[in-house]
Order: sequence, then structure tokens, then C-alpha cells
Amino acid sequence: MTASAVDVKAPEQAPPPAPAPGRRRRFAVHFAHYKWLYLLLLPGVVYFAVFRYAPMYGVSIAFKDYVPFLGVNGSPWVGFQHFEDFFANPDFGRLLGNTLILAFLSLGIVFPLTIVLALLLNEVRLSILKRTVQTLVYIPHFLSWTIVASLSFLLFALDFGPLFLFINNVLGTDIDFLSDPAWFRPLIVLQEIWKNTGWGTIIFLAALATVDQDQYEAAIIDGAGRFRRVWHITLPGIRSTIIVMLILAIGQMLNTGFEQIYLMTNALNRSVAEVFDTYVYFVGITQGAYSYSTAVGLFKSLVGIVLIFGTNALAKRFNQSGLF
Amino acid sequence: MKIHNTTGGRIFDAANYVFLTGIGVLTLLPFVYVFAGSFATEAEITRRAFFVWPEQFSLGAYEYIFSTPAFIRALVTTVLVTVVGTVVQLILTVTMAYPLAKRNLRGRQLILSLVVFAMVFSGGMIPTFLLIKDLGLLNSYWALILPAAINPFSLIIIKNFFQELPAELEESAKMDGATEVGILWRILLPLSKPVLATFALFYAVGIWNDFMSPLLYLSDNSKWTLQMYLRQVTASSDLLGTGNVDPNYIPPEQGIKFAVIVVATLPILIFYPFLQKHFAKGMLIGSVKG
Repeated sequence: MTASAVDVKAPEQAPPPAPAPGRRRRFAVHFAHYKWLYLLLLPGVVYFAVFRYAPMYGVSIAFKDYVPFLGVNGSPWVGFQHFEDFFANPDFGRLLGNTLILAFLSLGIVFPLTIVLALLLNEVRLSILKRTVQTLVYIPHFLSWTIVASLSFLLFALDFGPLFLFINNVLGTDIDFLSDPAWFRPLIVLQEIWKNTGWGTIIFLAALATVDQDQYEAAIIDGAGRFRRVWHITLPGIRSTIIVMLILAIGQMLNTGFEQIYLMTNALNRSVAEVFDTYVYFVGITQGAYSYSTAVGLFKSLVGIVLIFGTNALAKRFNQSGLF
Repeated sequence: MKIHNTTGGRIFDAANYVFLTGIGVLTLLPFVYVFAGSFATEAEITRRAFFVWPEQFSLGAYEYIFSTPAFIRALVTTVLVTVVGTVVQLILTVTMAYPLAKRNLRGRQLILSLVVFAMVFSGGMIPTFLLIKDLGLLNSYWALILPAAINPFSLIIIKNFFQELPAELEESAKMDGATEVGILWRILLPLSKPVLATFALFYAVGIWNDFMSPLLYLSDNSKWTLQMYLRQVTASSDLLGTGNVDPNYIPPEQGIKFAVIVVATLPILIFYPFLQKHFAKGMLIGSVKG
């Protein structure tokens, strides 16, 4: 560190002259000047090369028959064999269905609820109440899915959980919510609501804060009530935010949270619980079908990329026209 | 539907306040129940369907878990991995962000594009798993730390933060003969303390909560983290999915589940006020510049 004191004085004068116009030589001079900066950069670059880009190269095993002792490079190519196997597999339709149903439940229930909660919070003038409720509903976002699942296991525990007893009492039934396949999706949606609706309001509340207050005054003078003001001023005011968030959510549709689904999956509800992410885990990690599961994961990523770019194109169109 | 800001408006306000208070209480209720249950006797938990205050106060569940070697090991492991992981993430992110904040550094644009590309595309679960396996990191705690050592989003936010600091600060330090590393250490880091503290908190929460990495990379159950232990304790054995479960495991009494959940949740709740102070701002910065 002490030695570098010498070259720090130079950078102001040195780069411009560049006596020999050779690109390589100029870079060498530049590099010598900034060697400490490049040295600082090195660990990060190594990190990205090893932990981000090497796995991307590793995706090539989706087109190979991966044999551990032959490695990624040595394993023989098989082309699209794994993809053909996957599409021909009866699992495919089931996984696609399960994934899409969960995705649409999330878009159709959790997403609107987030906006409703934000609108209700926005109507609160008592700032202490608003802040207290916000503080409370943000908390679950910071808890792990393991804790959310554990709480669910306790609350819905057979013959013992408070919610098990309460709901079954009200309905006059005897449902085991944790193992009944029909209750898997409601449970997942409920967890998602509890964990993420509060947190999701942040972005909408920020957008709501930017809505022009003069319009409200004008509307009050025109005799508009609370609901009319929300409908005609507030909602149009955050329309672009809603569209952008919706499009982002569509782009993430296939990313049903692995941890959440995995934790709530059991032998009895597997038929409705299994989605692409958990399938990749079970087939790849527990059964060792590395190439096949990589192909499944790659298929999911490709569909995800199409969704991201498709919705991005849509977003641009919405932004330009500004119309719903 | 024409409701003026008079009677109707007041009714709406009242209903809204009651509803939102209800939402807040409902959010909190599972914690209160679990917290109360962790201090109750086993008999009370089985007898009373729901309670927020135990009739008979008992530390039995905590005495049990804190005398269980597997639990102590998981707790200590998780604390260590969280601390080391947070420090590693901070160091790697800052050392990479600082050079990238220098606009005249050659190769900067290329590296930045590669970072952004890595935000969108990833190798996925299996290729990453095979990499960890080939590196010999299976059943090593480094497998919980290294794969996520730099978050591209925070890297770019911290880079932007460095970039926005006044350039005069650095220039005057250079006049005084400070080195690049010296400028980072003596000038930029003290200035970015609040920002880095925020990121440190978020990193720590992320590592503490991580379930997927230990599930994938730690098959040796003597190395399990708290989240893995928690899952094993709380999922009744007949409901567990396949894979990564200790076959010799005997399910515990209910009260113990409550206590383990409390221990896994408490650190988050303790740090929550500090998180809350910063996250709204942080999230907005992220959404604007991400």
C-alpha cells in the first residue's frame, strides 16, 4: 500500500500522452496506473466467472448425457433427447398445469389484494394507525419460508391446530388441510397473502404519494365522494405503476417459489403440488438425472425469458400510448 | 355510490380503521400464539385450542432444546455462517463496486454488461449444484456463502452510490498523496457506513433465512443450519417430502416446535426496526436504478 503512493501522483498527467499509439501498449500503461483498482476488481470478476458464468456453461449438459467422471466437457452429446423425453412424459402436462394454476391464483388474488390494501392504507389520515399497520404487515416478508411453513403446520395441525379446529367447526367438516390435495392451493395462496401482500404495498404507496392533490380538491368541489375520487383520480394516477408491476409479475409467472412449494409438498398432495422447480430438484438432486433435470430447468428458463421479453415489449407499448 | 366526506365518509373511515387494525392483528396473531405456546406446558397446548397467554408458565421447551446438541449445533452454525457470509458479501461487493465506479477505468463497461447479464440469466439449480460438487464444496459451509457472495443488484446500487459521491473528495485526497485503496478505506467507506449497514442487514437476513442452499449442499445432517433443523422438527414425519431427512429421527413434543420457531424468528424481529428504517428507501433506489 505504501509503494502505491508513488503511482497515484501520475494519473493526471500520464494517460493523455500515450507515446506509442499501439492499443496494447496504451492499455499496458493504463493497467499499470490502475493496477490497484484492477487488483480490487479481481475477486469479484473471479466470483462472476466461477459462480455465475461457469453454471451457464454447465447448462450444456441439457444436450448431453452427463456422466460425472467424464465431466461437462467429456460427456457425449445427445441433442434434444431430454427435451423430447420431457414433452412426451405424462409429468409434463401435470407440471405445466400446476405451475400455471398457482401462477394465475397469485396474479388473480394476491396481486389485486396488494393494490386494495395499499388503497385502504392510503385513505387512512390517522398517521399513527397507518404507520403501525404498515410496520406489522411488512414483518412477514422478512421471515423465511421455513418459518411460514412451520407456522402453517402448527396452525393447521390435525386434531390440534387452532385453524384446523376453527374452520372444521364452522364448516362442520373434518378436513386435514395439510394433506388434502384440494386444500394445497388455498394454503399456498394464504401463505403468500400473509407473507407478501403487506410488503407489496410499498411500491403502490410510493406511487399513491405522487398523485396530484389538487385534483382531489377540484373533485371535492365538484361533489365527488370518496369512492368516486378513488375510482376517477387515485386509480388512474397509479395506473402506470399497476401495469408495470403486473407485467413484471407475468414475467416471473413460472417462478413459483421453490422453497415455499417444497416445504408444503408431501406424499399425499404431490399430484397438485409439484411444479417445475420442485420437479427439477426431485428428479435431479434426489434421483441423479442431472441432464434430464437440467433440460427441464432450461425449458422453464426459456419460457420465462420469452415471457420477460414479451411483457417488456408490451410495457413499452403501454408506456408510449399511455392507454389501458 | 355518491358518498361525501360527511357521514358516509366517516362511516367508511371507521370501517377502514377497524378493518386495517384487524389485518394488523391477524398478521401478528400467529407469532403471539407461537410465543405464548413456547412458554406453556405440553398439557396446556394439547388442551387449549388457542391462547395468547399461558395459564401455567413453563420453560420446559427451551430447557429441552438448549440441552439438545443438534439444536445448539444448528444455532451456532447458523450464527457463524450468517456473520462470515455477511462479511464476505460486504467485502466482495465493495471491492468490486469501487473500481466499477471509476468512469475512466478500461474494461469497466464490459464487466458491467456481464454483471447485468448475470441478473437475467443463470445456470439454474442443477448446473450450480454440479459446480459446487466439482469444487468439492458439498457439505462445506462455504457452499452456503460463496454461490451468492455478490448480489448483482446491490453491487450496482453500491457502485452508483460511490459514483454519486462528490469527486472533489477523492481529488483532494489524491493531492494529499492518498492511494486508491487508501481513498476507499479512509474516505469512501466512512461515508457509506449507513448504506453498507443497510446492505449488511439484508445480507444477514438472507443468509439466516436461506433454506435452499443447505437443502441442496448439506446432506450431512450434523452440519444442518437452523432452518433445516426447524423443518425437521415442525413437519410431522408422515408429511415430510422425500429427500434429505434423517431416518433415525423421532418427532418431538408440540411445545418444542413452538420454541424452535421462536428462536428462529427472534433475531429477525430484533433487527426488524433497523431494517424498517432503511428498506423503503433502499427498495426505491433499487427499483429506479436496478
